[in-house]
Amino acid sequence: MVRLPYSTALTTLFSYGLLFAFGQLRDLFRKIIDWFKSSSEDLKGYAPICLGLEDFYTRRLYLRIQDCFCRPIASAPDAWFDVVERYSEDSNKTLHRTSKTSKCLNLGSYNYLGFAAADEYCTPRVIESLKKYSPSTCSIRVDGGTTDLHTELEELVARFVGKPAAVTFGMGYATNSSIIPALIGKGGLIISDSLNHNSIVNGARGSGAAIRVFQHNNVAHLEKVLREQIAEGQPRTHRPWKKIIIIVEGIYSMEGELCPLAEVIAVCKKYKAYIYLDEAHSIGAVGKSGKGVCELLGVDPADVDIMMGTFTKSFGSCGGYIAASKEVVQYLKDTCPAHVYATSMSPPAVQQVISSLKVILGEDGSSRGSQKLAQIRENSNFFRCELKKMGFEVLGDNDSPIMPIMLYNPAKIPAFSRECLKQNVAVVMVAFPASPLLLARTRICISAAHSREDLLKGLEVISKVGDLVGIKYFPTEPPKHETKVYKVE
Amino acid sequence: MASAVVNIATAALDWVAVAFDAPFAGAVVFGVHINGHLVAEVLLIAVILFQLTRKSYKPPKKPLTEKEIDDLCEEWVPEPLHPPITKEMKVEPPTIESAAGPHTIIEGKEVVNFASANYLGLIGNENIIDSCVASLEKYGVGSCSSRVFYGTTNDHIDCETRIAKFMSTPDSILYSYGISAIFSVIPAFCKKGDIIVADEGVHWGVQNGLHLSRSSVVYFKHNDMASLESTLEKLTNKQAEKVRRYIVVEALYQNSGQIAPLNSIVRLKEKYHFRVILEESHSFGVLGNTGRGLTEHYGIPIEKIDIITAGMGNALATDGGFCTGSARVVDHQRLNGSGYVFSASLPPYLANAAIAAVNYLEDNPSVLTVLRRNISLVWEGLSDVPGLIIASDPLSPIVILKLKNSTGSLKSDLELLNKIVERVLVEDSILIVSTKRSVLDKCRLPVGIRLFVSAGHNESDIKKVSESLRRVACENWPDIV
Repeated sequence: MVRLPYSTALTTLFSYGLLFAFGQLRDLFRKIIDWFKSSSEDLKGYAPICLGLEDFYTRRLYLRIQDCFCRPIASAPDAWFDVVERYSEDSNKTLHRTSKTSKCLNLGSYNYLGFAAADEYCTPRVIESLKKYSPSTCSIRVDGGTTDLHTELEELVARFVGKPAAVTFGMGYATNSSIIPALIGKGGLIISDSLNHNSIVNGARGSGAAIRVFQHNNVAHLEKVLREQIAEGQPRTHRPWKKIIIIVEGIYSMEGELCPLAEVIAVCKKYKAYIYLDEAHSIGAVGKSGKGVCELLGVDPADVDIMMGTFTKSFGSCGGYIAASKEVVQYLKDTCPAHVYATSMSPPAVQQVISSLKVILGEDGSSRGSQKLAQIRENSNFFRCELKKMGFEVLGDNDSPIMPIMLYNPAKIPAFSRECLKQNVAVVMVAFPASPLLLARTRICISAAHSREDLLKGLEVISKVGDLVGIKYFPTEPPKHETKVYKVE
Repeated sequence: MASAVVNIATAALDWVAVAFDAPFAGAVVFGVHINGHLVAEVLLIAVILFQLTRKSYKPPKKPLTEKEIDDLCEEWVPEPLHPPITKEMKVEPPTIESAAGPHTIIEGKEVVNFASANYLGLIGNENIIDSCVASLEKYGVGSCSSRVFYGTTNDHIDCETRIAKFMSTPDSILYSYGISAIFSVIPAFCKKGDIIVADEGVHWGVQNGLHLSRSSVVYFKHNDMASLESTLEKLTNKQAEKVRRYIVVEALYQNSGQIAPLNSIVRLKEKYHFRVILEESHSFGVLGNTGRGLTEHYGIPIEKIDIITAGMGNALATDGGFCTGSARVVDHQRLNGSGYVFSASLPPYLANAAIAAVNYLEDNPSVLTVLRRNISLVWEGLSDVPGLIIASDPLSPIVILKLKNSTGSLKSDLELLNKIVERVLVEDSILIVSTKRSVLDKCRLPVGIRLFVSAGHNESDIKKVSESLRRVACENWPDIV
């Protein structure tokens, strides 16, 4: 939970107010200058393609700090990578790449198990499959796009996750956007967590079902909403709902918190609702053998009706999957638009997932998988603990590899980012629209590829920059060996 | 008894008479004679006012008690998560065991493949595979991040610049999946209150984008310019300053194989002040003398089309999609395109494959001549197949064969077509496919058999498929000669 002190809230609001005022002033000058210059003939009779207020945020706020986002890299997103230096000649309106790069510590990529760069087991197999199958099948899954690799992957994913069957897609975002409309339509109800990802929101809107939201991770509120909705029925007609699906995520990507899965499942079973679990960030990253939030919280996968996940984060590839019962998967293969209309997943990417799954399961003949899993757990817990000791406001639960550090003030966003980059640490800033306007933060993603020295260097730099920028909102804990012993005379 | 009643009545009447004759009854107030009847009238008004001030009867609102809610929850029975599984749902597509080029392997046998949209024959191209290998060794497979965070590599920026240069536009933006390009672009530019006129035959990706945009969508008859003109005419009375108006069409419709007449569309767009969003997934790299798409085919300057999107999973033999247009259009999507901001970026090796494919297309425009020759050979071979008629445009690399006479229902049509397709695969080792429709698709165009013609096919492949289809159709409809 984020505890925003009053003084910080006031200063943040004041900063945004100031930026807004200056932005409007500049817009006014722009309008006056444009009034003198006649607009081109082509645009007479057309409304402007981006209405004034829609891209006000982009033009007046985001462009000032544009150099903190979209930084290009020139090497694989491993524990250390090369960030391309950019310069601007018109105060950040346009940025140009240079050929110089600086080697930075990577605290921003979703590389939980370290499969991002070339791997000794995976990469040779991927290259072999590339030479055999080409980069793409140019075909949809139901036509000629199903190769034996795709079938092998689906069996392996189902076995890994603990469900009878699975189906895979080429993009995680498209998985959510097209599966939810296939499962529920008009006359159904979707109850989703207030902090769910944009792909789930889009999928829910695209389905045509009614949508209700419950407070983030608040199971009591979820139960209250469920009871009210079942008792009232559909709006206006009061007919009973056709079905109810509750959508939660394993780890929330902007908070780093786990969802209370066991309690949510208990509520769902009591009220006969279906549960859809999105494990984009938790599959492969948490749990003793990497099987995700079900293993970590001791929940039986058979209790979760639909399990969704992506291959981008822990497996170093691209794409998404759905694991459920055989009948549901058969139905989805027949109906889901991402399966029936979209190009199938690229075969080398499929091979990468198969190889990385084999490493995690230990079927490659080594213990690298369990080493990686132990490493990431140790790294996350160590880093989080140290950050908290330094006085930062860190969100997220233990064992989760995502750590957002709260900044709040809009001026601290570019300050923190640029100072860290000067000291060769690359961090990621989360501002509006990915997070609420007042709750800007920086998000650290830990990887199994980070060594203890990397983490210590990261901590050192973050602590220095944190002092400079002033984000240590909590008192520091004194280091243990410095506690004084008072002798009684 | 009666006399007592009479007595009471007389007494009451006397009392009333007294009241009427009371001293004030003869008084004059403000020049008005107060007669006795005025008393009765005042009393009546008082009674009416009294009734008006009473609250009307509303039955009391009783909220449901906890026990009642519990009972309702107990009684409620949800529908199952999936509908009953029919036997059509259980059919599995054939599994390919090698690259999906013009010749592929299914269950150990070599098969001629007309099911991949590999229009330029780039599957198996050595240059592309070598550049992918170099990229894999450098970057690994995935980019592990969104474009806004550290998921932008030099290859992505180079790919965007290359495509923009090829299309002669200021800039372009790369998406990580073909179908996500169009359903991210439409909601980024169209919001509630805007007007969109779309063709009724657009594919699911476009329909989803239109639905998510929450604008008012009006469909016109498939590829019918008269219908488009009358729809635009009806909508021009809404001349509000802030309403944006768009026409959404596909260059080459994947549901019907028709090509949109872009010259008429541009003429109508300029007359009625609409903007055009053109979906070029199947025409990019196919139409036009050098493969630059529908605008080159019709000789229209590319600045007249406001937004062009395309998926790269067809002619360019890679994955992902792009959108190109003016600088304002592309910049707006970098923060507002949901498939760009909220999703991981395209794997770098696929961006490299796209650059290599565009380079190949620019250096070898003769591949388009080969493709066009193959399409015309397929037309020749299939123009007199009994029971089936070609329904697509003569220039379209997607050749769609419809049933001459429908069997009555969509389901039985599809069953018949699937039987034909299966026989062609099993007996003659040729892979062709029938139209697949999802339950969520709103398109109502007729179903058919599809062949994807590639520049990699040779004459004997095309002869084989013509002969095979003719034979199977003859056996199916022996009375049609």
